[in-house]
Amino acid sequence: MNGWKRLPHRVWAFFSRRRHDAELDSELESHLQMASDEYRSQGMTAVEARRRALIDLGGVQQARERQREARGLMQIDILVQDLKYTLRKLMHEPGFTLVAVLILALAIGANIAVFSVVNTIMLRPLPFPNAQQLVWIAPPPTKCGMSCATYSTDAYDEFRVGARSYQDVTGFFAFSTPGNLKLTVGNGVPVPATGIDVIANFFDVLNVQPAMGRLFRAEDGRNGASPVIVLSNAWWRRQFNADPNIIDKAFDINGRQTTVIGVLPADFDFGAVFSPGAKVDALTPLNLYGPPRDWGNIITMIGRLKPGVALAPAVQEAAAVAPSMCWNNKYPRSCGQYKGAVIPVPLKDYVTGRLHRSLVVLWSAVGMILLIACVNLSNLLLARAAARSKEFAMRGALGAGRGRIVRQLLTESLALSAIGAAFGLALAFLLISWMAQQGAIALPLLTRLQVDGAALGWTLLIAVSSAVLFGLVPGLRVAGSNLNEALKDSGPGSGLSRRHERFRTALVISEVALACVLLVGAGLLLRSFLQVLDIDLGFQPERAAAVTVDYTDNPSLGNGSTPESQRAILAARAAYFQRLIERVNALPGVEAAGITDYLPLGGNRSWGLPFPKGVKRPDKAPDGPLVYVITPGYLDALGAKVRGRNFNWSDRSGSQNVVVINKSYARYLASFSHWPNGDAVGQLLDDGSPTGLLVAGVADDMHVESVEGENGWQIYYPWAQNFGETPQLVVRTTLPPAQMTAGVMSALREINPKQTAAEFRPIESLVDHANSPRRFFMLLVISFAALGLLLAALGIYGVISYSVTRQTHEIGVRLALGASPSHVRGRVLRNTLWLAIVGITAGAAVSIGAARLITTLLYATSPWDAVTYCATAAILLAVAAVAGYLPALRASRVSPLIALRID
Amino acid sequence: MNSSKLDLLQGTLDLMVLQTLTAMGSLHGYGIARRIEQVSGNQVLLNQGTIYASLVRLEQSGWIASEWGVSGNNRKAKFYSITRAGRKQLAHEADYWQRLTGVMELMFAMRPDADEGAGKA
Repeated sequence: MNGWKRLPHRVWAFFSRRRHDAELDSELESHLQMASDEYRSQGMTAVEARRRALIDLGGVQQARERQREARGLMQIDILVQDLKYTLRKLMHEPGFTLVAVLILALAIGANIAVFSVVNTIMLRPLPFPNAQQLVWIAPPPTKCGMSCATYSTDAYDEFRVGARSYQDVTGFFAFSTPGNLKLTVGNGVPVPATGIDVIANFFDVLNVQPAMGRLFRAEDGRNGASPVIVLSNAWWRRQFNADPNIIDKAFDINGRQTTVIGVLPADFDFGAVFSPGAKVDALTPLNLYGPPRDWGNIITMIGRLKPGVALAPAVQEAAAVAPSMCWNNKYPRSCGQYKGAVIPVPLKDYVTGRLHRSLVVLWSAVGMILLIACVNLSNLLLARAAARSKEFAMRGALGAGRGRIVRQLLTESLALSAIGAAFGLALAFLLISWMAQQGAIALPLLTRLQVDGAALGWTLLIAVSSAVLFGLVPGLRVAGSNLNEALKDSGPGSGLSRRHERFRTALVISEVALACVLLVGAGLLLRSFLQVLDIDLGFQPERAAAVTVDYTDNPSLGNGSTPESQRAILAARAAYFQRLIERVNALPGVEAAGITDYLPLGGNRSWGLPFPKGVKRPDKAPDGPLVYVITPGYLDALGAKVRGRNFNWSDRSGSQNVVVINKSYARYLASFSHWPNGDAVGQLLDDGSPTGLLVAGVADDMHVESVEGENGWQIYYPWAQNFGETPQLVVRTTLPPAQMTAGVMSALREINPKQTAAEFRPIESLVDHANSPRRFFMLLVISFAALGLLLAALGIYGVISYSVTRQTHEIGVRLALGASPSHVRGRVLRNTLWLAIVGITAGAAVSIGAARLITTLLYATSPWDAVTYCATAAILLAVAAVAGYLPALRASRVSPLIALRID
Repeated sequence: MNSSKLDLLQGTLDLMVLQTLTAMGSLHGYGIARRIEQVSGNQVLLNQGTIYASLVRLEQSGWIASEWGVSGNNRKAKFYSITRAGRKQLAHEADYWQRLTGVMELMFAMRPDADEGAGKA
């Protein structure tokens, strides 16, 4: 009724307890004196009068308690009391406390870390204002790589004007290669960096504000605009020492004085969102109306929907605009080819959508770890409660209510889980800082990982709920036990402890079952990973490495706008690269060397679909093969096999145009023509020229787009007859590539003193990068499974060990009556294995049911893979045997004399 | 409980203390307890110690005030007196009690056959 009015008084009384207690004591003392005065005046002795006065008062302590309860915050008083008691108790049992806190810290730490990953990648919106309005506009997935996932500048313009549901549409050039920028400071060696060309409105659409300076304006992307650049925050710090006056300074980038106009904020990371696992150092404006006009499909589109526009109408509208989009406005026949290929999806789905299943699996795995930890803790607490049952019975006998005892136990488990959570948080912090540094893992947004408010909230939630989970059950069982029985339950082997043990056995079985599910999941992921490593990529990544070669065309040869100029440029390039490759080939330890413009598992593009000469192409032709412009030696350097002949240096500009195609593509073409034996080697393909393209050789299929995906089609053009992009030198060595770096780089510098200090990257690292998400998830799940196994082993050990202790007497009798130690050992071991077998059976049943959930994460592995299930069972049995062997050994060494004297 | 003494209903002790202080003016805890026992003709099962919980409740609510003084037989004691807010509260509570007693009397006056008449009405 007047609780709120009294609250300040109560709080005050709570904090000035000593003063209030003293005052009450003197008040009670004067009460007793006055009462005994009255009794004495009736003729009683002083002692008798005092006794009667005390009876009337009903006990000084009781009066005190009542008054305290009325005046202060009793609940908190009790809590403080319980906490003090708990801490004292925990300090007296350092072994128990250490194990409990360790288990909790590991489980809670793993949970916080995984929650942070899930939250960053899956739950939180993308790091842009109103990110839900952003959409990624692309065709459905196809075989021809980025060329089929991008649009031409004309198509972009048409869409931007035609689609009314969007505030604006932007995009970026999708074919930049790593290290495409060369920064030259003074006379030093050029430094490589990676830049992406973006449409001038890119930052307006994403709504990103600069940390310094300004971002792009429309005029920065026009013809004749002076070159400008925006630096990423990380590159600004690393390369420019966080120079606060960098704005408006100009640097030599790719040979042109380029002005720094702005620095991006630290929380904008282009790579983290759009190209996971790659770092992007700078952004430059894309000139939509310059040469890119004729480059074909080069732009990825990103749109921002108008406020309140739902996705469905935006999708419909995109489908309606698509037919009027042209590949190139100069060729009216190219209009309408984007029909059905302009589909907006939420940008977040594009960036993180395919990771959802992995993250859910990861989340379930740590959830199971937490469950196992709770079961373990429950078990520990039960064992402890059994040992303390007399204490509780005594307290009950002295008047402590059942609720009060449960409360005390809950306080203990809360204190434990709070300490565990604190250490877990520290652990998670380390884990997350480590993960955020793993820039090379191709997972989006990983660099944005941090322990944030949500993670702290999650910590609180799981700490409290696990405390209730592992504390409540033992608490209720203790409080629910019969007082009398507990007090009488002096020896081991009587009713209460037997009931406890049955319950603990059930707990351990569930623990083994959970560990079994985790192990099966981890085993399946491991098998998949091994299968992926076993994939024949079509090339040999070992002992091969690549480096970006700098080359600038001689301006005196023209700009390639006339056939003469084109021939001259191609001839000059061929001569240059022939010399360079021969120089590198001469290095000791080099087996083969060659140049390509796109490396496997990197960027890619397609130039259409050359058909056999004289064969009518079908109306609905599939997407064209991926195009690689290469020099002689490249396929050897990569370790790919070619039937027919490889390119050589006599394939020149002006001689017969030649190509090498891969087997799948050759097989497809053969199905339309009447080649002898269906062999493509030596046949002509139609490229619109009178002479056509001679198929010089057929190469093995390569996994160039992804390691795990299907093989697509590939076509190789010689560098001397076609314009390649940034040249990448691939070297196959007899030594580990790292030892070759110095030699190769000095050879390159001998030819070109301005060669950038580019990285000599092992091809294996490209494969590793492509496999990194799978490896990341697999390693996490395997470590969680190992943790689960360890906890389960601890659980088994605890229960068996406890039961041996409980049965010491019985074992002593058996030994005294002539049972052999090995018989006793066998009995204990059999018990343990029985527990394990029941747990494994339950776990396997659950796994078989749940395995479908991870089917999509597996590669060439059945979710019911017998090997995995058998291995899991074997591991669990072995671990159970070890965990049970120690107590069994102890049991067989029981001395009958001592055992019988125990009571 | 088969004691012949009356168990105090929740909240009635506070009311008794307030009424005692209104009647007697300033009084210490022991005095209040004795007074209640006397006035009730020793019918109330009063644990004298509970008076102090009641006193602290009333004081925190601002219905009574206290100060240390010296009792008739020269003992140092804490004396309580009712405040203006306390009088108001007492009047309010007394009214409530009287209405409640009135209702209870009506309830007990109810005849066993009266519910049939109510059923037909």
